[in-house]
Amino acid sequence: MQQNSSSEPIVSLRNVRKSFGPLVVLDGVSFAVERGEVLALIGRSGSGKSTALRCIDRFEKVDDGEIVVCGHRVDRPDVDLRALRQDVGIVFQSYNLFPHLTIEQNITLAPCAVKGMATAEAKDLARKVLVQVGLEEKLHAYPEQLSGGQQQRAAIARSLAMQPKVMLFDEVTSALDPELTAEVLKVIEQLAADGMTMVMVTHEMGFAKGIADRIVFMHRGKVHETGPASILTSPTTPELTQFVGTGNLKS
Amino acid sequence: MSLQLDFPAVLERWPSFLAGAVLTLELAAFATVLGALLGTLAAVGRGTHNSLIAGACKIYVETIRNTPLLVQIFLVYFGLASLGLKFSAFTVAVTALTINVGAYTAEIMRAGFEAIPRGQIEAAEGLALSRLQIYWHIILLPAVEKVYPALTSQFVLLMLASSVCSQISAEELTAVANYIQSDTYRAFETYIIVAVLYVILSLVMRAGFWGLGLVLFPRRRRLGTPL
Repeated sequence: MQQNSSSEPIVSLRNVRKSFGPLVVLDGVSFAVERGEVLALIGRSGSGKSTALRCIDRFEKVDDGEIVVCGHRVDRPDVDLRALRQDVGIVFQSYNLFPHLTIEQNITLAPCAVKGMATAEAKDLARKVLVQVGLEEKLHAYPEQLSGGQQQRAAIARSLAMQPKVMLFDEVTSALDPELTAEVLKVIEQLAADGMTMVMVTHEMGFAKGIADRIVFMHRGKVHETGPASILTSPTTPELTQFVGTGNLKS
Repeated sequence: MSLQLDFPAVLERWPSFLAGAVLTLELAAFATVLGALLGTLAAVGRGTHNSLIAGACKIYVETIRNTPLLVQIFLVYFGLASLGLKFSAFTVAVTALTINVGAYTAEIMRAGFEAIPRGQIEAAEGLALSRLQIYWHIILLPAVEKVYPALTSQFVLLMLASSVCSQISAEELTAVANYIQSDTYRAFETYIIVAVLYVILSLVMRAGFWGLGLVLFPRRRRLGTPL
């Protein structure tokens, strides 16, 4: 089932449904992400955008519908989770660096343990990805010695070291002040420029507008409006108009 | 009423005291290592989704924590004997102490495991680490770090509690003391010396755990907050 021909989307959701008890979170969500595309999932808190993102890496199981990620049928119970997660990188709002390991150990752990990479090679790789996020001097620091922005960049580097085919960002700047947000966004921008396929849940409308090839606006568990970044400046639905009109575009 | 203490009469038996103290330390060392392993496995077992394993671990922990150590020692001692198995008093003592401290370790480790934020495990899962790798690389050490003071206190308590092994004639410190006081009729002096020796053994163990902490938690050493 590893069909990665260039016409196949890297990520596709078709009519995905998901409820937490009586609460319907995803009510028939469909969208696709092509290779090299940057897709921004936006919407109010509780609109289902984070859940949709987490379904892609199967941190949530869907009730119905089809999800295909890099050829893996994520909606099926027999999906090979570890193979899926080698193809998908995910970065969280709370960084989730491993506190007892140095930044270098945080980065080399998965390549060594999962891919069987030799230690020396993994250390070279750690240096390389840290250069990519501008943190090469923090190789031997522990996470708590870093600022929030640095921790998030290190988390991105850790994810990059697994050489994923697609990266998921779940509100990665929501815990950061504007200055630290800017340094993280710069790294993500560079990744986009390098051609990384990305799906990001974000509240940074200015950033989404600048970087996203496509916007998916979610409202009450549905894809309410979708289109190129220009829909943020000329929305067609009243809900998106209200959403972007509430001061979200000031940056 | 006058108190007359004659320490020299008792102290001349110092080789016996020393041998007893060494045996106590050996008992404690074996039971600590084996009990830490058993307890960690029981804690992991209690957290699994397999209700059979989780139930078995729970029954083990609750049974041990709600019965006296001396009764557990007798159960192992006479139990093995009635099965026709012959073991030394030392082996029986280590077995009983291991089973005992394993149950307490399980509860302490469970608290440590539960203190690991869910996000840590998700991050590890997101990096495609296996369940076992996550336990080994991500959960175990931070969990031990969180409960290290409670854990090491438990092991020192175990060493002190090992004095009841004198009841099955394991030649540890208290058993030695019992012989010496019945030989010399100097019971008060004997147990004063034994009490001092137990204090010294406790301090030796605490120093050992402090050193082990430096090795296990290099981050704390680097940040100047050793346990």
